Amino acid sequence: MEMQLVTEQWPGVISTVKIGAVRSQGGTRAKVIEIGGQNSLPFLFEEGSTPYKPVIAFEVWDIPPVDWPGGLMEIFGNQARDPLAWAQACVNDFKAQALCVKLQGAHPDSGDKSPEDAAQFIAELLKKVNVPLIICGCGDDQKDNSVLPLVSEAARGERCLIGPALQDNYKTLAASVLADGHNLIAESPIDINIAKQLNILISDMGLGLERIVINPTIGALGYGLEYAYSIMERARLAALSGDKTLAMPFICFVGQESWKTKEAKESLEHGIIWETITATALLQAGADILVMRHPKAVEKTGNFIDQLFAGNKRQACL
Amino acid sequence: MFIIGELINGMYAQIGRAIKEKDKASIQECALRQVSCGADALDINCGPAAKEPAADMPWLVKAVEEVTDKPLCLDSGRPQVIEAGLKAARNKTIINSTTADSDKLEALVPLAKRFNSKLIGITISAKGIPKNKDQRLELAAVIADFCAQKNFPLEDLYLDPILLPVNVAQEQIKDILATIHELKAVSSGSLKTIVGLSNVSQGANARGIINRTFLAMAIASGLDSAILNPLDKDLMDALITSEMILNKNIYCDSFLEAYRKSQL
Repeated sequence: MEMQLVTEQWPGVISTVKIGAVRSQGGTRAKVIEIGGQNSLPFLFEEGSTPYKPVIAFEVWDIPPVDWPGGLMEIFGNQARDPLAWAQACVNDFKAQALCVKLQGAHPDSGDKSPEDAAQFIAELLKKVNVPLIICGCGDDQKDNSVLPLVSEAARGERCLIGPALQDNYKTLAASVLADGHNLIAESPIDINIAKQLNILISDMGLGLERIVINPTIGALGYGLEYAYSIMERARLAALSGDKTLAMPFICFVGQESWKTKEAKESLEHGIIWETITATALLQAGADILVMRHPKAVEKTGNFIDQLFAGNKRQACL
Repeated sequence: MFIIGELINGMYAQIGRAIKEKDKASIQECALRQVSCGADALDINCGPAAKEPAADMPWLVKAVEEVTDKPLCLDSGRPQVIEAGLKAARNKTIINSTTADSDKLEALVPLAKRFNSKLIGITISAKGIPKNKDQRLELAAVIADFCAQKNFPLEDLYLDPILLPVNVAQEQIKDILATIHELKAVSSGSLKTIVGLSNVSQGANARGIINRTFLAMAIASGLDSAILNPLDKDLMDALITSEMILNKNIYCDSFLEAYRKSQL
């Protein structure tokens, strides 16, 4: 007897978020990336439609990285010392689909660059590379509130993805993102209740739910990955069941967490494996954007995505 | 919870007048207000005083369909009136309702099949209203068996254990809750339950608190659907909270707002 696939029909759909704007849309990017839009759990191509592949963004900083394990930056050679050259290498040499630039240099403990300098850096970066940008603050709430509005303005029209908006600090950034036509990263500390609440608070300010990407925060393999996985899975199940306040794509900062681990610090090879395995597990949990560091890990994860998508007959033609 | 708005009913003075005067705008406004407050479907009842219900029903159906594509719950004791509504309808439909009597079942189950409509089955018969849980379950079985024999999909059947006013049949309310629970427990999961909520407080003074307390208890017993007044905000808050407590929706501090945002 022939086996019948038992498939689930979900009433909900994940919102589609567009990142980047081409010239006809008021930006200067070479192409737009789209994420989300799926109406079934990850990679169940027979069950529903998954129009877009998950996207991998290279993590770059506005200063040479300060606490990254030795060896991680070797592959970039001399370019590692110049943030703009580093970003260009990611795009030109390693074919990055998108860049996630962290404005670490604005942090009071990492150089305390002025908001104007940070905005200037973004303006220059936009000229040097033509891929869509994800822009993250330095993590100091007060400083981010003075830096990110200027950065948002400097990138007006480019439809970036900017973050983080936090439960206790979302208003300034949400207002800027709304005014300048970007998308917003809503970050919650591995807490589905806060993730949902933050989305409502942000949408109450007038930013549509379809312009939010959830950063659920994650742990690397062996460091809380299962917990992050279960939170993402629960949010995705709720979204597919019709909860629009959780129906956003996920962004996962895989590189940052993986290269913090003891294993990655001990050996470059382990680090690459750690980053790859963490990424592939989170893909299964529903990750839509993976922010990663090592080009080898990016390559392996990209191949994994391509292999999985070989069975997808309903991918959008981009 | 599948919410059916109860307000388009000729027994309400304003709706009765609107039907009589063919005042489409009033009917449409009532439909839209219920939808905006969370109704998933709209009950349509010409009311007991309608002189030509077989003409009023299609008129109501068309008027409502001009402003919403929500399913319509065609509410009449007369199969001809329901059939007139089904013929006019483009939206999805729910027949409200058949009893366990064979003449009603013979008329309405084929009609539901023909028009691809869902069906509400009330656990009463010509013998009267059941007096306890066992009689309710027996009548529910009669309806479900008939539907199964006629190949009517059981997932499209809603069973109503016939809710009685608490000031008339107080001793039966507990049995009704138990019936809701057992109908869920004994079936394979496809049988759905429904109540006409306002019945429970008919003739009582404190109607609001009776309605919402019963609703919360019924939801905890596994109720799938209710015909109710979605404009009653306290009632809707109780419904949303009950579902949240049962882990059907994920908690957040603004869970009431979150529920309503997801309905838009």
